Amino acid sequence: MQSDDVIWSVINQQFCSYKVKTQTQNFCRNEYNVTGLCNRQSCPLANSRYATVREKEGVLYLYVKTIERAHSPAHMWERIKLSNNYMKALAQIDQELLYWPNFTIHKCKQRVTKITQYLLKMRRLRLRQQPKLIGVKKKLDRREAVRERKALSAAHLEASIEKELLERLKSKAYGDAPLNVNESVWQAVLDRERRAEKSAAGLAEEDLEMEDDETDEEDEEELQEEDGWGEREYVSDLSGDEEDDLSDMENLGDESDEQSGEDEEGSEEDDEPTLSLGKRKAKSAPSKKQSGKKPKRGPRVEVEYEQDTGTVPLTKQLLDNW
Amino acid sequence: MVSGPRFEPSLIKNKVKREDVYRKKKKAKSQDKLQRRLAQAKLEASDPAAKQKRKSENVPHTLDNQREFDPSILTAQPQASSSAVQLVDAPENTSPDANAQPANEAAADIASDEFAAYFESVLDPTIPPKVLVTTGFKATKATYDFCDEISTIFPGAEFIRRKKGKGFEMGKIAMWAGARGYTNLCVVNEDQKKPNAITLVHLPNGPTAYFKLTSIENSKRIRGHAKPTTHYPELVLNGFVTRLGHAVGRMFQTLFPPMPEFQGRQVVTLHNQRDFLFFRRHRYAFRSTEKVALQEIGPRFTLKLRWLTKGIPAVQHMGEPSKELQFDKGEQETTQPAEVERQEDSTEAGGEKSIVQPPRQDEYLWIWKPELETTRRTFFL
Repeated sequence: MQSDDVIWSVINQQFCSYKVKTQTQNFCRNEYNVTGLCNRQSCPLANSRYATVREKEGVLYLYVKTIERAHSPAHMWERIKLSNNYMKALAQIDQELLYWPNFTIHKCKQRVTKITQYLLKMRRLRLRQQPKLIGVKKKLDRREAVRERKALSAAHLEASIEKELLERLKSKAYGDAPLNVNESVWQAVLDRERRAEKSAAGLAEEDLEMEDDETDEEDEEELQEEDGWGEREYVSDLSGDEEDDLSDMENLGDESDEQSGEDEEGSEEDDEPTLSLGKRKAKSAPSKKQSGKKPKRGPRVEVEYEQDTGTVPLTKQLLDNW
Repeated sequence: MVSGPRFEPSLIKNKVKREDVYRKKKKAKSQDKLQRRLAQAKLEASDPAAKQKRKSENVPHTLDNQREFDPSILTAQPQASSSAVQLVDAPENTSPDANAQPANEAAADIASDEFAAYFESVLDPTIPPKVLVTTGFKATKATYDFCDEISTIFPGAEFIRRKKGKGFEMGKIAMWAGARGYTNLCVVNEDQKKPNAITLVHLPNGPTAYFKLTSIENSKRIRGHAKPTTHYPELVLNGFVTRLGHAVGRMFQTLFPPMPEFQGRQVVTLHNQRDFLFFRRHRYAFRSTEKVALQEIGPRFTLKLRWLTKGIPAVQHMGEPSKELQFDKGEQETTQPAEVERQEDSTEAGGEKSIVQPPRQDEYLWIWKPELETTRRTFFL
């Protein structure tokens, strides 16, 4: 027994579980409500003839209920699938709801429009890359902050940096005429090395106790080679071997390279790739290449060239002012 | 003074006397200790070998020297694999190639990674690597300030504001930057108006590393800081041990020109201690053969690796023609093969242009998870 007026009077006057009361107007929470408002016209319970549009997984359906099926709630709603073409869907509504009240037709069409719009928007949003939101984990942050603090104090940053720099200085990673070292300090480094070599040679002497003179001579020569790369010797081309000549040519080439200054230092760059991280060595100066050759005999003159480095050499004043 | 349990100061009933006895006892104890230490110092001053011996014997236990390596290949102990194999192989007397292989393999792996071009000095060493610095969407002032600081660190850095539009995902930016000859992309992310993460992308082929960023101190806030010069800095990369660590270290190295300008006396440090990467920049001066003076230039910050992915960041939708709205399930199945074909077409086209396309999905090489840290002594880098 369907009596719309009785139902509406109960809903309106007494209680409806779908009703949401606000200060200005009342809303309806029933899924079949076509407008979402609580009034006589759009109440799906108090209207025995009713039509609405719903969306299920992206598909639009027109739901129609008539008084003839009111006695059987299981079959109360007739579901008509709407086309996914918007215009066709509207025409379908017109066709299905022929001779229905204009209010229902109009509201159903409005609903089709709205649902189509939100489906489009959903699709667009899914296509766009959204930033990934990550929760803030306070406890984890706090723990990591503590660990970071402890790691920092365990790192002894300045000490380790200083150690690394000194190591580079002593291993001659800065080259044989470093631009970043004070002259006196560099001299001290060289002196230190010389002393170490001497002591090593001394040990060798004690062990071997033979051919003292020769070792001494070799030492001297090595030292000289370290000091001055600008060694010259004058040899007649008749006596010299081919090898010697070639090596002399190399020598000259190297020297000219050195003289042309540090502009070429960057360009003549062919480091062998090393696996050690962050340890890039400056080009080794030709003196190192020379040290492999056998010592030369005869008189020699030491010539000192002034290098045009392009930058101001380090002086005590500069160091104090930096 | 008579010692023994009877004369424990706590047993004395009189408070004044008890305190007096306790004080005397305590003083005697500390004096005793002081005398011992003085004697030790005196002895060691004359005999440095004794000090060496004591120091070598009494090594304090720290997290660093009791480190445990994560067993996965990326984060395993570098020597362990080769030495273990050696131990096994030595008695059996098998071919020497077998035990030499793992070490070689690791070295070969490192030598043939994406950064190899930088280290083989194919590129001109005088030209600094081009680094594109940008922010996330909607950056604020703190992030811009930090980006400015970062741009001063890398000699080839260029800061460009992140475009506001919808289609400027990180992967696309990486693609475009790679096509324009940038070698690195650095994106500073922010949260609650503070920079909180850095994404480093090596271009054009990746990898991508995401770091948590904490304890930022701008140069201005460092007391007595020095001014930077435009010289190419030296690099100090400390404490990178595992393969993952090497990858991170090498990645960082590629941000800088291969040949430092030593006359600038600037040194940039990335120190790895317990997986925290401490960034510092100093100017140095050698005072003597044993002493270096350091003056900080700044900025300071700390990084922690969160993940490393293989390629450049993924872009899910590369702006292909969109599919039509489909509501019928029957129709979808028929259209899917066509879509796959379209994808293949796009990848082929990308190959022809030799522009590296961002992948659809990130391929993670390593992700940090809290459960990876089984002990506090486990570190990954």
